[in-house]
Amino acid sequence: VIRRAVRYVDSRTGTAPFLRKALRYLFPDHWSFLLGEVALYAFIVLVATGVYLTFFFVDSHQDVVYHGPYAPLQGQHMSEAYRSVVDISTTVKAGLLIRQTHHWAANIFLAAVILHLFRVFFTGAFRKPRDLTWLIGVTMLMLALLEAYAGYSMVDDLMSGMGLVIGYAVGLSLPFVGANVMGWLFHGPFPGGAVLIPRLYIVHVLIFPILIGTLLTVHLVLVALRHHTQFRGRRQTERTVIGVPLYPGQTPRSLGLLFAVTGVLFLLGGLVQINPIWLWGPFHTYVSTNGAQPDWYLGWLIGGLRLMPGFDVTIDHYTLIPGPFWGGALFPMIVFGFLYFWPYLERKLTGDVATHNLLDRPRDNPMRTGVGVGMATWVFLVFVAGSSDRVQVLFNLSYTGQIWFYRVAVLVVPVVAGFVAAWVCRQLVHGEQVEFERRRAEAEGRLELASRLDDEGSPWQTVYMNRPGR
Amino acid sequence: MSKARDLLLSGAVLLLGRRRRQPRPDTHVLPPVPEQPRAETASIALLFLAALSAAAFPVVYFVHAIPAKTQYLGLSIGLAFLFFAAALVVAAQTVIPTEELAHEYPPDAHEDDEEYLADLVEESGKGFTRRRLFKLGLFSAGGALGAAALIPAVSFGPLGVKEFYGTPWRKGRRLVDEDGKPFRAADIDEKALYTAFPEGADKEEQGAPVVVIRLPRSSLELSGRVEGYDANGIVAYSKICTHAGCAISLYRAPLFAPDEPRPALVCPCHYSTFDPSDGGTVTFGPAGRRLPMLPLSIDGNGELRARGNFDDPVGPSWWGVRERRPSP
Repeated sequence: VIRRAVRYVDSRTGTAPFLRKALRYLFPDHWSFLLGEVALYAFIVLVATGVYLTFFFVDSHQDVVYHGPYAPLQGQHMSEAYRSVVDISTTVKAGLLIRQTHHWAANIFLAAVILHLFRVFFTGAFRKPRDLTWLIGVTMLMLALLEAYAGYSMVDDLMSGMGLVIGYAVGLSLPFVGANVMGWLFHGPFPGGAVLIPRLYIVHVLIFPILIGTLLTVHLVLVALRHHTQFRGRRQTERTVIGVPLYPGQTPRSLGLLFAVTGVLFLLGGLVQINPIWLWGPFHTYVSTNGAQPDWYLGWLIGGLRLMPGFDVTIDHYTLIPGPFWGGALFPMIVFGFLYFWPYLERKLTGDVATHNLLDRPRDNPMRTGVGVGMATWVFLVFVAGSSDRVQVLFNLSYTGQIWFYRVAVLVVPVVAGFVAAWVCRQLVHGEQVEFERRRAEAEGRLELASRLDDEGSPWQTVYMNRPGR
Repeated sequence: MSKARDLLLSGAVLLLGRRRRQPRPDTHVLPPVPEQPRAETASIALLFLAALSAAAFPVVYFVHAIPAKTQYLGLSIGLAFLFFAAALVVAAQTVIPTEELAHEYPPDAHEDDEEYLADLVEESGKGFTRRRLFKLGLFSAGGALGAAALIPAVSFGPLGVKEFYGTPWRKGRRLVDEDGKPFRAADIDEKALYTAFPEGADKEEQGAPVVVIRLPRSSLELSGRVEGYDANGIVAYSKICTHAGCAISLYRAPLFAPDEPRPALVCPCHYSTFDPSDGGTVTFGPAGRRLPMLPLSIDGNGELRARGNFDDPVGPSWWGVRERRPSP
């Protein structure tokens, strides 16, 4: 049967030589290489659950009065869009499971993407010949953030409306054209025209998914064309890749990971409540609630908006750049600009333009690791600052006091963290060198030198000695 | 008889032989794996557990008596996937051959092919004598077509900002609550926050909602544009924060005189804080300009009415926001 199937495929498509190569494509083994795979599988779950949800969601701004089974909303005015999501969550059997799984998958997708980005950054996997793959990855991250934002904005519950108006205000703050662009996109000033929800909907279910799906395909094809990177080892060199072939070795492992990710997402979707929109109620321009927080991946932006002191660029009474621009637009632009340009900046700074198939360990490149830790600390601190209001509620620390603390901390701590990280890297490498010398001295019988080096040895050498692959 | 036996035998040989035709030469594609019956059993057991969990899904779905559908549905399908995953991983680690192979990385560059491609493209244009002009033509055609294709997108929405200045407030318009009931001045207590709308207007417009509070007249410090905007100590401000456009729904009444002597309107999104006693100036947080204020009056029935429009544009700011004021 197998032979006949193979013959059938080959005689119709002529792809036996290609498939033979493809099935023997090698996957180097390291746990951190699975992060990108987790992101891919979460994306698959997102598409599958999302398609189901489209069969129930009504992308309409139309004002309706709720008369469903959920008593607290009885008789309330709301948009048809919001009512349809309340229905998905209450009356559609398995609807809530799929909706919550979709939301969890979005959270995990972005978490996996960002961890994958850290892995690629700190190991230098973005270097030539994979810089194009990196640029596409960063673009996908940006699209994924916008995609998630459109997704929860179109539900039109109280949280989503508050998020939407903040995004609108950030758009409005763009120099010179902000108001024109936002009025154009929203069909008039906030809350926009009746076409806004349908626009968010089509962006969320068609335009961005197609963009992300296309870039994802190119991303994976590029990875395969250049083969995977790998850590240095006895047999692993710049010219030879060592790994487990796609079939049969890798296939059950990857399928296993796909099913494990799917299983965990369904367990979360079934057992752990997320975004209970029926509790938030419908959005109205004149309603807001205290303690509102966006999904975690937008926390850095709310932090940026909250931290920035009121600072409009004005000439006399003429406003040029309103405050939300700094925390909501400039801040993410700097972060993404850094991600886009770092591969080229690093080439400029180090003069290293060679092709790299072997990965650095973070310690092997103290400058890069220091810069990366600094940037990550910066974004993370702003993210934490976004939760100051919750911290005040939980621990009774003054909100204003916290904000002033963070305003200073975000300028100081990242620099310190970056230098400390670079210093730690250098110490680690130094420890390895000492250890290497000691071993050679020991091997050559120069025991006196060996014991002296032993005393001098860096405290980090144990890390080196326990390194996998030694 | 013997003929029949021969026939049977030869038939049997043929049949059996068919199955064993072409005995595979002893060259294996994959390395041998030692038999591991226990791992295999575990993997099979896990697969059946997955099947069992998955079979529970329709049961939970259809049987009406089962409560907490979301939880049980999630549990059954989630566990089914996890068992399946475990079965595959067990098989992958034990009975499925795992080789560690070495391949060469593809070459950095294919110089011959690159050369060929460059030549190909270059030579394809050899026939042109006015090459630059042709290029100019290409760019013009492409650019103009591209621009033309984008033009329909202009219809997405208004490009001007005139609408941003519009509000439904007019002189004499009554202040009503969410249900359309007019506010009387006597309804407004100190130390409470009220949301009011212009009578008969669309409540969802950013220009519509105002916060109304009553402050002791002695504590009011309204000067400049907003001098005399209060009606007997009752003041009204746009409810939309000038920072990011959320509704201002927190009010700190000056209850604790020594610590917090001044009242404050606070937006819960980014905690912009405004002082309602002195025309809504920013006292903390990221807002860049004061809250627009609505002038009030009390009519003969004791009802609150607008005495005009806001003194400043409503909602989050943009380039040149204060170029104009809402028309009175």
